[in-house]
Amino acid sequence: MVPTREEMESALAARHGTELQKKFCAASIAVCGLGGLGSNVCLCLARAGIGRLHIIDFDSVDISNLNRQQYTADQIGMSKAEAMTKNLKAAAPYCDIKADRMMISHENIEGLFDDEDIIIEAFDAPEQKVMLTEEVLTRYQDKYFIAAAGMAGLGSANDIRTQRIGKRFYLCGDGVSDVAELGSLFSARVMTCAAHEATVALRIIAGEYEA
Amino acid sequence: MVKINGKNADAAGKTVEEYIESAGYQKSRIVVELNQAVLPKAEYECTRIKDGDVIEIVGFVGGG
Repeated sequence: MVPTREEMESALAARHGTELQKKFCAASIAVCGLGGLGSNVCLCLARAGIGRLHIIDFDSVDISNLNRQQYTADQIGMSKAEAMTKNLKAAAPYCDIKADRMMISHENIEGLFDDEDIIIEAFDAPEQKVMLTEEVLTRYQDKYFIAAAGMAGLGSANDIRTQRIGKRFYLCGDGVSDVAELGSLFSARVMTCAAHEATVALRIIAGEYEA
Repeated sequence: MVKINGKNADAAGKTVEEYIESAGYQKSRIVVELNQAVLPKAEYECTRIKDGDVIEIVGFVGGG
């Protein structure tokens, strides 16, 4: 039996406090990329009771994703935007989700994040990360931006940290562990970095701006 | 003096392009903020670093 909206809201308010829960419920966050980072980031945010998520990915679920991304084996072949919507709804049935199956580029980014307060970068390729960072910091100067760099391999989880680069720009990760060099990504370490990104977002909504 | 990633650097007079090359950065994998504004890649070559500038060079690596 799926709980009612009121039951879900009162359970969250009991955990988080009514005032904070109201802020979470009013928040709208974009998650760009739904791989190892993004799939974990949006589940963290949906579970916290964030009111609205805008999730974006062009790709489909592949068997090689299952080692670290929050999809199930029976979702192979499904678009990540669609599969993640289902998985988010299963965990947080009243989260308002806007899912876009698209590849974000210079050409289509105009207006894409007009309805969000916080934008989270969760891409894989460094050139894509750079493109999104430059575009968001230039076009959306009144929004908060959280990016990630360095979570491949099996280095210590303690090396993964959050830095505040600018007033509205945060960077999570160890800064150096490149999948092209290390060849591997593990759920535990990618999830650590995703949890940093999600924590920054929740802290911003709570009015805590330090890294 | 110029501040780059929080440290004093003797870079005044160089272009951003010259500095990032000499420091070994890969242009396609960095975002440069000059005095808290993103510097577009097309302007690296024509932007000369001045005394008092504050520069952040944010490096990205693959994985996610």
